[in-house]
Amino acid sequence: MSQNTLFDKVWDLHKVADLPGGSSQLFIGLHLIHEVTSPQAFGALKDKNLNVKFPSRTIATVDHIVPTDNQSRPFKDTLAEQMIDTLEKNCKKHKIKFFNIGSGSQGIVHVVAPELGLTQPGMTIACGDSHTSTHGAFGSIAFGIGTSQVRDVLASQTLAMNKLKVRQIWCKNRLSEGVFAKDLVLHIINKLGVKAGVGYAYEFSGPAIDLLSMEERMTICNMSIEGGARCGYVNPDQITFKYIQERQFAPKNENWARAVEWWQSLASEKDAKYDDVVLIDASQVEPTVTWGITPGQSIGVSQKIPELKELSIDDQFIAGEAYEYMGLSPGQAIKNTPIDVCFIGSCTNGRISDLRVAAEIIQNHKVSPNVKAFVVPGSEKVAKAAIEEGLDKIFKEAGFQWREPGCSMCLAMNPDKLTGNQVSASSSNRNFKGRQGSPSGRTLLMSPAMVAAAAIEGKVSDVREFLKK
Amino acid sequence: MKEEFQAPQGKILKINGICMSLEGDDIDTDRIIPARFLKCVDFESLGDAVFEDDRKDFKGKHPFDLKTNQSASILIVNSNFGCGSSREHAPQALMRWGIRAIIGESFAEIFYSNCLAIGIPCFTLPKKKIKSLQDRSREETLFFEIDIKNIIAFEKSIAHHLELKESSKNMFLSGEWDATSTLLNNIELIERKINELPYINLNKLRIT
Repeated sequence: MSQNTLFDKVWDLHKVADLPGGSSQLFIGLHLIHEVTSPQAFGALKDKNLNVKFPSRTIATVDHIVPTDNQSRPFKDTLAEQMIDTLEKNCKKHKIKFFNIGSGSQGIVHVVAPELGLTQPGMTIACGDSHTSTHGAFGSIAFGIGTSQVRDVLASQTLAMNKLKVRQIWCKNRLSEGVFAKDLVLHIINKLGVKAGVGYAYEFSGPAIDLLSMEERMTICNMSIEGGARCGYVNPDQITFKYIQERQFAPKNENWARAVEWWQSLASEKDAKYDDVVLIDASQVEPTVTWGITPGQSIGVSQKIPELKELSIDDQFIAGEAYEYMGLSPGQAIKNTPIDVCFIGSCTNGRISDLRVAAEIIQNHKVSPNVKAFVVPGSEKVAKAAIEEGLDKIFKEAGFQWREPGCSMCLAMNPDKLTGNQVSASSSNRNFKGRQGSPSGRTLLMSPAMVAAAAIEGKVSDVREFLKK
Repeated sequence: MKEEFQAPQGKILKINGICMSLEGDDIDTDRIIPARFLKCVDFESLGDAVFEDDRKDFKGKHPFDLKTNQSASILIVNSNFGCGSSREHAPQALMRWGIRAIIGESFAEIFYSNCLAIGIPCFTLPKKKIKSLQDRSREETLFFEIDIKNIIAFEKSIAHHLELKESSKNMFLSGEWDATSTLLNNIELIERKINELPYINLNKLRIT
């Protein structure tokens, strides 16, 4: 059993009680909600004649269903309009703070909470979205929940849960030039597998993690769930504190020093005990691309799609399914795979640093004539910053469409979808069958820089060749 | 036509029903219920849409379309079932189609807790036993009487020993899987907790 890790400390601090069945009742410090997984929860509260217990500890925004071309109301899609309208009414009724479109702070919930300074070390954070693990980048325990648990958090600010085990993923050395946090996390998921994290929280640590910016750490923690871990975190340090300072909801004045002192006490102790430890050499990671239908089916850009015999027996069934669905053959190089659509955005890679690195690659180039390319900033704040820096112009001049913030084609609940069996190069997090809106659409996950390179060439390319030019 | 939908309620001690097999590892919740069906403010109409895209591909031969499976209520699956998105719409769609229990090699974490929260037990069995049950359920009608207290699925004279987390078992037996009222029983402890959390009470923190 783990001891003295950040996870143990934060868990113990938030444990309210042992429940009769044997699970724990955990207090949730910050509850984030959006339009897709909350309406039925509010409906259930009404059915049970309950109120929101601590409305100030829940924050709402709208992200999944928002159109990115024209956000004027009412939305053309009447179902989408009904969902935003329901959220507006629920927030108003229960006095929940709602960052709506046009507020200057709307965006993907996992982009918005950190940039507002709502996400802080030592908190428990829950949201009806599996990528809530993103917030663990700040040294919080953050995890996705379903709608019934959203109901429970609204009603009681707590939920029933079993304590997770803790696996330390120690990343030694450092990432090489042209290799990003996205590549590292895809590499980790490939090495450990998509279900290795079930029952675990992942602690990402070691020199390669220490060097990462907060936005890069968010990319890593975001995809913990793709490795099966409901929760992933990084121990807070000066990079964390500097990111939070001065943000809207950051502790102010004399409370700042108090907060930092407390945050510093949270990191896993040197003598901490883990349930498991895994070593990853970050210097060995290449720009990484998925070739299959799970985020674990990835290879370095210079490698070939694995043959069945190279895979463990457990991985062979899904690999066979993947070859067929993707129309790719074992032994084939992933490089030069033709691309139809390029998508830069999502809670994984839709932040300002992602847009900067992609713009740097795309500058003075043109999008291949066969490719539809678009950028969806993660939030209104990201969009504003990008426009101030002139990034929108760089993208538009190269032939990218510049859109309004939202989840967009990561899960295609809005009008942004693949059609037919189009192949996308996507900076998002899931390459599941049909994920990007077409039941036969195909997704190759990669870093935003690699998406930019693919947009220029119209095929999977090695972004390191652009850095040399 | 299916019988009118009734959600599980209260103590769940026994689940009786016909088994159906759905093969495949890493079946994600996008496949169970594609995102376009999430555009709704209730769960009611999700039952018909379960596995919609996979079913189209199989042209009537998908397990959820086979005539022999139409009255099944126990689903037998492989490993990492329900991975991906946290959408409770996935177990809700399965439940509204008629599924009342799932037996699999392993389950994704959020899917498992969503099932628990709506009263659907997810039992596990080793790979070999799952394969044998899946093979048999395609050839014959397997009727199980699952006794949750003893975690045994009785099939005529055969007793299949299943696995279920102790805490989940207790919650099904007591009815506490529907957790809200249990959680609210501790309202005084919750209020005490909110008053002692450092980040909510920074002004009370002493600097050393």
